[in-house]
Amino acid sequence: MIKSELVQRIAEHNPHLYQRDVENIVNAILDEIVAALARGDRVELRGFGAFSVKHRPARAGRNPRTGEHVPVDQKSVPFFKTGKEMRERLNRDDAAPEASAAT
Amino acid sequence: MTGTGKTVTRVDLCEAVYQKVGLSRTESSAFVELVLKEITDCLEKGETVKLSSFGSFMVRKKGERIGRNPKTGTEVPISPRRVMVFKPSAILKQRINGDSTAVGNGKDHDD
Repeated sequence: MIKSELVQRIAEHNPHLYQRDVENIVNAILDEIVAALARGDRVELRGFGAFSVKHRPARAGRNPRTGEHVPVDQKSVPFFKTGKEMRERLNRDDAAPEASAAT
Repeated sequence: MTGTGKTVTRVDLCEAVYQKVGLSRTESSAFVELVLKEITDCLEKGETVKLSSFGSFMVRKKGERIGRNPKTGTEVPISPRRVMVFKPSAILKQRINGDSTAVGNGKDHDD
């Protein structure tokens, strides 16, 4: 599913809104998450998961093709941790019998 | 950049929708739930969700493997399972690094 399909699905449930409004809703949500992460804040959505920012220190890297050394600057990367309920939903009936090890 | 130490939750997302789209607070909150529900339903079916300029969520299947109880050191089998992974878009990564690192690091491409 891509964003436009997500918008379409939601619009189908809400015939009183224009597709453009739904698009604005989806974008408002995503933008808010991005803005929070850009500030370095955490976004926690119970049952779904949590977004956070992890800091990676500068390190000496290597160009894998040429073997040449390249310095890699410190950087921050977005990180997502799946929520408990989401994890359980992914493993209901079909796959693994209850993730007992992952408490 | 350590952030403001604040945690953004559903309430804040709902407020953003309320401010930007101009629906009632009740309706805004229902939409935040609906968006998350649609994404979750899709992932539950094993389908990938791609949100351009944000990132994509996908489900990966993991086979059985041997784990270890870190406290006792006993080996325990970890059952096969499905896990969800988030792959941030290049735009999101750049936003998080501010302008400084986003410049001149164009090798970071994404779907």
